[in-house]
Amino acid sequence: MIINRSRYMTQSIAKFLIWMGALSTIAVMILILFQILKEGLPVLHLRFFLDSPKNMGREGGIFSTLIGTMALTGVAIFFGAPLGVGTAVFLREFTRESKISRVIRFGTDCLAGVPSIIFGLFGFVFFVIQLNMGWSILSGGLTLAAMILPTVISTSEESIRAIPPSYREVSYSLGGTKWQTITRVVLPSALPGIFTGILLSIGRSIGETAAVILTAGSSLVMPTSLFSPIRTMSVHFYILAREGISMEMAYGTGAALILLVLMINMMAQWLINRYIRHRT
Amino acid sequence: MTESHLAVKMETRGLHFYYGSNHALKNINIVIKERQITALIGPSGCGKSTFLRTLNRLNELIPHTRIEGAVILDGEDIYQPGTDVVSLRQRVGMVFQRPNPFPKSIFENVAFGPKVLGLGTKREIEEKVEQSLKAAALWPEVSDRLHSNALSLTLGQQQRLCIARVLAVQPEVILMDEPCSALDPLATLKIEELMQDLKKNYTIVIVTHNMQQAARTSNWTGFFHLGEVLEYGPTETIFTHPKDPQTENYITGRYG
Repeated sequence: MIINRSRYMTQSIAKFLIWMGALSTIAVMILILFQILKEGLPVLHLRFFLDSPKNMGREGGIFSTLIGTMALTGVAIFFGAPLGVGTAVFLREFTRESKISRVIRFGTDCLAGVPSIIFGLFGFVFFVIQLNMGWSILSGGLTLAAMILPTVISTSEESIRAIPPSYREVSYSLGGTKWQTITRVVLPSALPGIFTGILLSIGRSIGETAAVILTAGSSLVMPTSLFSPIRTMSVHFYILAREGISMEMAYGTGAALILLVLMINMMAQWLINRYIRHRT
Repeated sequence: MTESHLAVKMETRGLHFYYGSNHALKNINIVIKERQITALIGPSGCGKSTFLRTLNRLNELIPHTRIEGAVILDGEDIYQPGTDVVSLRQRVGMVFQRPNPFPKSIFENVAFGPKVLGLGTKREIEEKVEQSLKAAALWPEVSDRLHSNALSLTLGQQQRLCIARVLAVQPEVILMDEPCSALDPLATLKIEELMQDLKKNYTIVIVTHNMQQAARTSNWTGFFHLGEVLEYGPTETIFTHPKDPQTENYITGRYG
């Protein structure tokens, strides 16, 4: 009986700790959101989104940084997503467990552990200086593409792994080629997972600061081409706060960032529900 | 009529198959006659399914496997170098143990094969889908909901859908790997009736655990045991006068 009681005791304590863990996660999230939105929301008017920053960001809005953020993220996904999904397909469908696949996996794991400032340094030395692309959307986007690769690869690989082998067998047994099996059976079934990976990558690209300052610069001028330098919202937030230019504007930018990420998440959720779940 | 006069569709000669060092099939020599149903019976793990999958080279998707000997389809060894495996698999279709429709619509499932093979226009594919569903005796049940998800069908319907999906690529041989093991008796009966119907146009090879099914449906029966064929011949002979004592023990239910 005594042993039994202590078992129940352990059970209750464990349950308590697990609940506390979950609740504190939510509490931290709410605290951060509350803090930023309380200070930032009053600044958010339509003008704030549609005006470009004036006087170093003390006045005006964030329009050029919004454009910069979207352009940079777009370039990062444009290069990073196909490369990452392609690598995942290669690892899952073209090589069985082998030396090559182990080397690639080891490489991506290493890449995932590299601090972003190192990516920034690499991007600066390679894209900005070596390839003479200067501080630009392209330099920054390519650097971010390299940074998000591990995420795209591992989430895509995971969702490709989860597809029942019988789907492939059926496709082959109906006379499908390998390529048709990949494009018509494997990728469509893996789409929700691949999408999630890309979404995480978008979030990471939008939030990245260190690597972006080093590769895309911090210009407030509206970009005109892929070779223009830009300032993203995260960098803008960092500079406004770090150099004490305007805490008010910094919080406004922060709130806008949060809303942007929230919007992208909701949109993606909607897309997944609309086009993927219903089809399956 | 003696059944030995029938045309030979497929034949294996000295067929061996290995999973790594596991010798799964030992010297299999079987003749599969055209437009007949050939049943493969035997205890679990005896190599029936492995054998079935050597007939459309589906086994080679599994790593570390090796094959020796020949599998002849219409006089050509399907394992000789230069064989078009994609077109082989279209000629030798397969129905799997568990109904495994793609998580797509009923229409898309049947249209999958014709689409990947590039068989005709949209209109022709629609006709193909209708014909195939009719041939698989599923059309009356699904004609009004071709675009609903295939997974909403009952298991028996799903299996007939899988048969329709195979028919849509116009195969010559249909391999069935325990097609009824996941189905209830009524659904099983429907599949068996369907097989008799399909026999008029197709050569069928079926792996089954169900003795009665083999006896009811097939013209030829092979008894597999530990990777070997102990006995092969007309179904009637195998079930009434088995030569091998192991076969007799198995079909009379003394072990399984």
